[in-house]
Amino acid sequence: MFGLEFPPINAILRWKDLFPTFNKIALIAVAAALIGIIIFLLAGNRDGTKPPRGVRNLAEIIVEFIEDQIVMPTMGRAGLRWTPFLISLFVFILLCNIPGVLPILQMPATARIAIPLSLSLLVWAIFILVGLRHQGLGYFGHLAWPPGVPTALKPLVGVIELLSTIIIRPFSLTVRLMANMMAGHILLVTFALLTESLVQAETNRFILAPMGILPFAMLLFLTAFEILVAFLQAYIFAILTGVYIGTSMEGHGGDEDVIPDMSEAGKHAEPDRAYAH
Amino acid sequence: MEALSQLIQQAPVDPDEAKNTNAAIGAGFAYGIAAIGPGIGIGYLVGKSVEAMARQPEAAGMVRTTMFLGIAFTEALALIGFVVFILLKFA
Repeated sequence: MFGLEFPPINAILRWKDLFPTFNKIALIAVAAALIGIIIFLLAGNRDGTKPPRGVRNLAEIIVEFIEDQIVMPTMGRAGLRWTPFLISLFVFILLCNIPGVLPILQMPATARIAIPLSLSLLVWAIFILVGLRHQGLGYFGHLAWPPGVPTALKPLVGVIELLSTIIIRPFSLTVRLMANMMAGHILLVTFALLTESLVQAETNRFILAPMGILPFAMLLFLTAFEILVAFLQAYIFAILTGVYIGTSMEGHGGDEDVIPDMSEAGKHAEPDRAYAH
Repeated sequence: MEALSQLIQQAPVDPDEAKNTNAAIGAGFAYGIAAIGPGIGIGYLVGKSVEAMARQPEAAGMVRTTMFLGIAFTEALALIGFVVFILLKFA
Protein backbone atom coordinates (compact mmCIF):
# COMPACT_ATOMS: atom_id res chain seq x y z
CA MET A 1 0.00 0.00 0.00
CA PHE A 2 2.82 2.38 0.91
CA GLY A 3 5.22 0.88 -1.56
CA LEU A 4 6.29 -1.49 1.17
CA GLU A 5 6.49 -5.07 -0.02
CA PHE A 6 6.08 -7.15 3.09
CA PRO A 7 7.24 -10.68 2.38
CA PRO A 8 4.87 -13.59 3.12
CA ILE A 9 5.23 -14.99 6.60
CA ASN A 10 6.94 -18.12 5.36
CA ALA A 11 9.72 -16.10 3.80
CA ILE A 12 10.43 -14.61 7.23
CA LEU A 13 10.01 -17.63 9.43
CA ARG A 14 10.66 -20.67 7.26
CA TRP A 15 14.14 -21.28 6.05
CA LYS A 16 15.33 -23.66 3.39
CA ASP A 17 16.59 -26.99 4.60
CA LEU A 18 20.36 -27.22 4.65
CA PHE A 19 19.85 -30.88 3.93
CA PRO A 20 16.63 -32.88 4.35
CA THR A 21 14.99 -32.48 7.80
CA PHE A 22 17.75 -30.15 9.02
CA ASN A 23 17.15 -26.42 8.60
CA LYS A 24 18.86 -23.41 10.12
CA ILE A 25 16.57 -23.43 13.15
CA ALA A 26 17.86 -26.87 14.00
CA LEU A 27 21.39 -25.67 13.29
CA ILE A 28 20.98 -22.78 15.76
CA ALA A 29 19.48 -25.10 18.38
CA VAL A 30 22.33 -27.60 18.02
CA ALA A 31 24.88 -24.81 18.13
CA ALA A 32 23.24 -23.35 21.26
CA ALA A 33 23.35 -26.71 23.01
CA LEU A 34 26.99 -27.32 21.99
CA ILE A 35 28.17 -23.82 23.00
CA GLY A 36 26.50 -24.17 26.39
CA ILE A 37 28.04 -27.58 26.95
CA ILE A 38 31.49 -26.39 25.87
CA ILE A 39 31.41 -23.32 28.13
CA PHE A 40 30.64 -25.41 31.19
CA LEU A 41 33.02 -28.26 30.27
CA LEU A 42 35.88 -25.78 29.86
CA ALA A 43 34.96 -24.09 33.13
CA GLY A 44 34.66 -27.40 34.96
CA ASN A 45 38.15 -28.58 34.04
CA ARG A 46 39.90 -25.76 35.87
CA ASP A 47 41.80 -26.33 39.07
CA GLY A 48 39.64 -25.09 41.95
CA THR A 49 42.56 -23.85 44.05
CA LYS A 50 43.64 -21.13 41.60
CA PRO A 51 41.71 -17.89 41.14
CA PRO A 52 39.14 -18.25 38.37
CA ARG A 53 39.88 -16.77 34.98
CA GLY A 54 38.57 -16.86 31.43
CA VAL A 55 35.53 -19.02 30.79
CA ARG A 56 35.38 -19.99 34.43
CA ASN A 57 34.44 -16.40 35.35
CA LEU A 58 31.56 -16.46 32.91
CA ALA A 59 30.33 -19.80 34.20
CA GLU A 60 30.54 -18.60 37.80
CA ILE A 61 28.57 -15.47 36.98
CA ILE A 62 25.85 -17.61 35.39
CA VAL A 63 25.73 -20.07 38.28
CA GLU A 64 25.59 -17.32 40.89
CA PHE A 65 22.93 -15.44 38.96
CA ILE A 66 20.73 -18.54 38.74
CA GLU A 67 21.23 -19.39 42.40
CA ASP A 68 20.64 -15.91 43.80
CA GLN A 69 18.00 -14.59 41.43
CA ILE A 70 16.04 -17.68 40.48
CA VAL A 71 16.50 -20.65 42.81
CA MET A 72 16.62 -18.93 46.20
CA PRO A 73 13.60 -16.61 45.77
CA THR A 74 11.38 -19.31 44.26
CA MET A 75 12.34 -22.62 45.86
CA GLY A 76 14.54 -21.74 48.78
CA ARG A 77 17.36 -23.92 50.03
CA ALA A 78 15.57 -27.18 49.19
CA GLY A 79 15.57 -26.21 45.53
CA LEU A 80 19.33 -25.87 45.19
CA ARG A 81 19.57 -29.28 43.58
CA TRP A 82 17.47 -27.97 40.70
CA THR A 83 20.14 -25.39 39.89
CA PRO A 84 21.83 -27.46 37.13
CA PHE A 85 18.51 -27.99 35.38
CA LEU A 86 17.63 -24.30 35.54
CA ILE A 87 21.11 -23.33 34.37
CA SER A 88 20.82 -25.55 31.31
CA LEU A 89 17.33 -24.20 30.56
CA PHE A 90 18.48 -20.60 30.93
CA VAL A 91 21.66 -20.95 28.89
CA PHE A 92 20.00 -22.95 26.13
CA ILE A 93 17.09 -20.51 25.75
CA LEU A 94 19.39 -17.49 25.89
CA LEU A 95 21.67 -18.94 23.22
CA CYS A 96 18.64 -19.80 21.08
CA ASN A 97 17.28 -16.24 21.45
CA ILE A 98 20.46 -14.31 20.81
CA PRO A 99 20.79 -15.30 17.09
CA GLY A 100 17.74 -13.07 16.54
CA VAL A 101 20.10 -10.09 16.52
CA LEU A 102 23.29 -11.72 15.24
CA PRO A 103 24.03 -10.72 11.64
CA ILE A 104 23.78 -13.50 9.02
CA LEU A 105 21.83 -15.82 11.32
CA GLN A 106 19.15 -13.25 12.32
CA MET A 107 16.55 -15.73 13.40
CA PRO A 108 15.79 -16.63 17.00
CA ALA A 109 15.41 -20.40 17.11
CA THR A 110 12.68 -19.98 19.73
CA ALA A 111 10.49 -18.01 17.30
CA ARG A 112 9.26 -21.31 15.89
CA ILE A 113 7.02 -23.23 18.24
CA ALA A 114 8.98 -26.50 18.28
CA ILE A 115 11.64 -25.53 20.81
CA PRO A 116 9.43 -23.60 23.29
CA LEU A 117 6.80 -26.34 23.11
CA SER A 118 9.18 -29.20 23.81
CA LEU A 119 10.87 -27.25 26.60
CA SER A 120 7.60 -26.39 28.31
CA LEU A 121 6.28 -29.94 27.95
CA LEU A 122 9.48 -31.05 29.68
CA VAL A 123 8.88 -28.52 32.47
CA TRP A 124 5.23 -29.61 32.69
CA ALA A 125 6.17 -33.27 33.10
CA ILE A 126 8.82 -32.39 35.67
CA PHE A 127 6.64 -30.25 37.92
CA ILE A 128 3.85 -32.83 37.92
CA LEU A 129 6.31 -35.64 38.70
CA VAL A 130 7.91 -33.58 41.46
CA GLY A 131 4.47 -32.94 42.93
CA LEU A 132 3.60 -36.63 42.82
CA ARG A 133 6.92 -37.55 44.40
CA HIS A 134 6.71 -35.04 47.25
CA GLN A 135 2.99 -35.33 48.02
CA GLY A 136 1.85 -38.61 46.49
CA LEU A 137 -1.54 -38.73 44.83
CA GLY A 138 -2.76 -36.03 47.20
CA TYR A 139 -0.91 -33.63 44.92
CA PHE A 140 -3.90 -33.40 42.61
CA GLY A 141 -6.14 -32.62 45.56
CA HIS A 142 -3.80 -29.83 46.65
CA LEU A 143 -3.74 -28.60 43.08
CA ALA A 144 -7.50 -28.43 42.81
CA TRP A 145 -8.27 -26.93 46.22
CA PRO A 146 -5.89 -24.46 47.80
CA PRO A 147 -6.34 -24.37 51.59
CA GLY A 148 -9.29 -22.35 52.84
CA VAL A 149 -11.73 -22.80 49.97
CA PRO A 150 -15.37 -22.89 51.17
CA THR A 151 -17.09 -26.20 50.41
CA ALA A 152 -19.76 -24.57 48.29
CA LEU A 153 -17.14 -23.23 45.91
CA LYS A 154 -15.13 -26.44 45.65
CA PRO A 155 -16.46 -27.75 42.31
CA LEU A 156 -15.94 -24.40 40.58
CA VAL A 157 -12.53 -23.69 42.11
CA GLY A 158 -11.39 -27.26 41.42
CA VAL A 159 -12.17 -27.04 37.72
CA ILE A 160 -10.54 -23.62 37.36
CA GLU A 161 -7.42 -24.56 39.29
CA LEU A 162 -6.92 -27.87 37.49
CA LEU A 163 -7.39 -26.19 34.11
CA SER A 164 -5.03 -23.36 34.96
CA THR A 165 -2.32 -25.70 36.21
CA ILE A 166 -2.52 -28.59 33.81
CA ILE A 167 -3.41 -26.79 30.57
CA ILE A 168 -2.85 -23.05 30.85
CA ARG A 169 0.60 -23.26 32.46
CA PRO A 170 2.36 -25.12 29.63
CA PHE A 171 0.36 -23.21 27.03
CA SER A 172 1.27 -19.78 28.35
CA LEU A 173 4.87 -20.84 28.93
CA THR A 174 5.12 -21.87 25.27
CA VAL A 175 3.25 -18.95 23.78
CA ARG A 176 5.03 -16.36 25.90
CA LEU A 177 8.46 -17.38 24.68
CA MET A 178 7.46 -18.02 21.08
CA ALA A 179 5.34 -14.91 20.59
CA ASN A 180 7.87 -12.62 22.24
CA MET A 181 10.66 -13.77 20.00
CA MET A 182 8.51 -13.84 16.88
CA ALA A 183 7.13 -10.35 17.59
CA GLY A 184 10.65 -9.02 17.98
CA HIS A 185 11.76 -10.73 14.81
CA ILE A 186 8.87 -9.33 12.77
CA LEU A 187 9.44 -5.87 14.25
CA LEU A 188 13.07 -5.96 13.13
CA VAL A 189 12.03 -7.18 9.66
CA THR A 190 9.47 -4.37 9.36
CA PHE A 191 11.89 -1.59 10.18
CA ALA A 192 14.65 -3.06 8.02
CA LEU A 193 12.23 -3.22 5.08
CA LEU A 194 11.04 0.33 5.75
CA THR A 195 14.61 1.60 5.73
CA GLU A 196 15.38 -0.27 2.54
CA SER A 197 12.31 0.93 0.68
CA LEU A 198 12.86 4.55 1.73
CA VAL A 199 16.52 4.59 0.77
CA GLN A 200 15.77 2.96 -2.57
CA ALA A 201 12.62 5.00 -3.28
CA GLU A 202 12.14 5.79 -6.98
CA THR A 203 9.87 8.84 -6.68
CA ASN A 204 10.83 11.91 -4.60
CA ARG A 205 14.28 10.47 -4.09
CA PHE A 206 15.79 13.53 -2.46
CA ILE A 207 13.15 13.74 0.24
CA LEU A 208 12.61 10.07 0.90
CA ALA A 209 16.18 8.79 0.88
CA PRO A 210 17.36 10.93 3.83
CA MET A 211 14.16 10.02 5.67
CA GLY A 212 15.46 6.46 5.71
CA ILE A 213 17.61 7.44 8.67
CA LEU A 214 14.53 7.51 10.94
CA PRO A 215 13.51 3.84 10.64
CA PHE A 216 17.20 2.96 10.70
CA ALA A 217 17.61 4.66 14.08
CA MET A 218 14.54 2.78 15.29
CA LEU A 219 16.09 -0.44 13.96
CA LEU A 220 19.24 0.15 16.00
CA PHE A 221 17.19 0.89 19.10
CA LEU A 222 15.06 -2.22 18.58
CA THR A 223 18.16 -4.37 18.12
CA ALA A 224 19.38 -3.26 21.55
CA PHE A 225 15.88 -3.86 22.90
CA GLU A 226 15.85 -7.37 21.42
CA ILE A 227 19.05 -8.24 23.26
CA LEU A 228 17.28 -7.23 26.48
CA VAL A 229 14.20 -9.26 25.51
CA ALA A 230 16.30 -12.31 24.66
CA PHE A 231 17.81 -12.20 28.13
CA LEU A 232 14.52 -11.37 29.86
CA GLN A 233 12.62 -14.21 28.23
CA ALA A 234 15.27 -16.75 29.18
CA TYR A 235 15.13 -15.38 32.73
CA ILE A 236 11.34 -15.47 32.87
CA PHE A 237 11.18 -19.02 31.51
CA ALA A 238 13.69 -20.16 34.12
CA ILE A 239 12.04 -18.32 37.01
CA LEU A 240 8.58 -19.63 36.11
CA THR A 241 10.01 -23.13 36.00
CA GLY A 242 11.40 -22.43 39.45
CA VAL A 243 8.02 -21.22 40.72
CA TYR A 244 6.18 -24.22 39.30
CA ILE A 245 8.62 -26.76 40.72
CA GLY A 246 8.71 -24.82 43.99
CA THR A 247 4.93 -24.89 44.43
CA SER A 248 4.92 -28.62 43.60
CA MET A 249 7.47 -29.20 46.34
CA GLU A 250 5.83 -27.06 48.99
CA GLY A 251 2.34 -28.38 48.59
CA HIS A 252 0.21 -25.27 48.60
CA GLY A 253 0.03 -25.65 44.85
CA GLY A 254 -2.56 -23.59 43.16
CA ASP A 255 -2.78 -20.40 41.30
CA GLU A 256 0.01 -19.22 39.08
CA ASP A 257 0.55 -16.08 41.01
CA VAL A 258 1.50 -17.72 44.26
CA ILE A 259 4.70 -15.93 45.14
CA PRO A 260 6.72 -17.96 47.62
CA ASP A 261 9.27 -16.54 50.03
CA MET A 262 7.02 -13.70 51.12
CA SER A 263 7.36 -14.70 54.77
CA GLU A 264 11.13 -14.69 54.73
CA ALA A 265 11.30 -11.32 53.02
CA GLY A 266 8.81 -9.97 55.53
CA LYS A 267 11.07 -11.05 58.38
CA HIS A 268 13.94 -9.39 56.61
CA ALA A 269 12.17 -6.11 56.23
CA GLU A 270 10.59 -5.83 59.67
CA PRO A 271 13.44 -4.25 61.71
CA ASP A 272 14.24 -1.76 58.98
CA ARG A 273 10.65 -0.64 58.75
CA ALA A 274 10.58 -0.02 62.48
CA TYR A 275 13.79 1.95 62.10
CA ALA A 276 12.55 4.03 59.20
CA HIS A 277 9.43 5.32 60.92
CA MET B 1 -20.14 11.64 -0.15
CA GLU B 2 -20.05 10.93 -3.85
CA ALA B 3 -16.41 9.93 -3.61
CA LEU B 4 -17.29 7.58 -0.79
CA SER B 5 -20.03 5.86 -2.77
CA GLN B 6 -17.62 5.52 -5.68
CA LEU B 7 -15.13 3.92 -3.33
CA ILE B 8 -17.74 1.49 -2.15
CA GLN B 9 -18.66 0.62 -5.72
CA GLN B 10 -15.02 0.00 -6.50
CA ALA B 11 -14.61 -2.19 -3.43
CA PRO B 12 -13.30 -5.64 -4.31
CA VAL B 13 -16.03 -8.09 -5.20
CA ASP B 14 -13.73 -11.07 -5.48
CA PRO B 15 -14.72 -13.20 -2.43
CA ASP B 16 -11.14 -14.27 -1.80
CA GLU B 17 -9.96 -10.69 -1.69
CA ALA B 18 -12.91 -9.63 0.46
CA LYS B 19 -11.98 -12.38 2.90
CA ASN B 20 -8.38 -11.17 2.99
CA THR B 21 -9.50 -7.60 3.58
CA ASN B 22 -11.77 -8.63 6.43
CA ALA B 23 -9.01 -10.77 7.91
CA ALA B 24 -6.58 -7.86 7.77
CA ILE B 25 -9.08 -5.53 9.48
CA GLY B 26 -9.87 -8.18 12.09
CA ALA B 27 -6.19 -8.79 12.67
CA GLY B 28 -5.53 -5.13 13.31
CA PHE B 29 -8.39 -4.91 15.79
CA ALA B 30 -7.38 -8.18 17.47
CA TYR B 31 -3.95 -6.97 18.37
CA GLY B 32 -4.97 -3.39 19.06
CA ILE B 33 -7.67 -4.34 21.54
CA ALA B 34 -5.61 -7.11 23.09
CA ALA B 35 -2.86 -4.61 23.85
CA ILE B 36 -5.06 -2.24 25.88
CA GLY B 37 -5.57 -4.36 28.99
CA PRO B 38 -2.01 -5.58 29.42
CA GLY B 39 -0.75 -2.06 28.70
CA ILE B 40 -2.75 -0.66 31.61
CA GLY B 41 -1.85 -3.67 33.75
CA ILE B 42 1.88 -3.51 33.18
CA GLY B 43 1.95 0.24 33.71
CA TYR B 44 0.13 -0.10 37.01
CA LEU B 45 2.29 -3.05 38.08
CA VAL B 46 5.63 -1.40 37.33
CA GLY B 47 4.50 1.89 38.85
CA LYS B 48 3.55 0.18 42.09
CA SER B 49 6.83 -1.78 42.05
CA VAL B 50 8.83 1.43 41.69
CA GLU B 51 6.85 2.90 44.58
CA ALA B 52 7.64 -0.15 46.68
CA MET B 53 11.32 -0.04 45.79
CA ALA B 54 11.54 3.66 46.59
CA ARG B 55 9.83 3.11 49.91
CA GLN B 56 11.96 0.16 50.88
CA PRO B 57 15.15 -0.08 48.83
CA GLU B 58 16.43 -3.10 50.76
CA ALA B 59 13.51 -5.16 49.43
CA ALA B 60 14.27 -4.10 45.84
CA GLY B 61 15.58 -7.52 44.80
CA MET B 62 12.46 -9.37 45.85
CA VAL B 63 10.16 -6.70 44.42
CA ARG B 64 12.00 -6.89 41.10
CA THR B 65 11.66 -10.67 40.91
CA THR B 66 7.98 -10.49 41.72
CA MET B 67 7.53 -7.66 39.23
CA PHE B 68 9.01 -9.71 36.40
CA LEU B 69 6.73 -12.60 37.31
CA GLY B 70 3.72 -10.30 37.25
CA ILE B 71 4.80 -8.79 33.94
CA ALA B 72 5.18 -12.26 32.47
CA PHE B 73 1.62 -13.22 33.41
CA THR B 74 0.10 -9.92 32.32
CA GLU B 75 1.97 -9.81 29.06
CA ALA B 76 0.79 -13.28 28.06
CA LEU B 77 -2.62 -11.83 27.16
CA ALA B 78 -1.14 -9.32 24.74
CA LEU B 79 0.99 -12.05 23.23
CA ILE B 80 -2.01 -14.29 22.69
CA GLY B 81 -3.56 -11.32 20.88
CA PHE B 82 -0.43 -11.13 18.77
CA VAL B 83 -0.67 -14.82 17.90
CA VAL B 84 -4.30 -14.28 16.84
CA PHE B 85 -3.08 -11.39 14.69
CA ILE B 86 -0.53 -13.64 12.98
CA LEU B 87 -3.11 -16.38 12.48
CA LEU B 88 -5.67 -13.99 10.95
CA LYS B 89 -3.19 -12.11 8.82
CA PHE B 90 -1.14 -14.93 7.41
CA ALA B 91 -2.84 -18.25 7.97
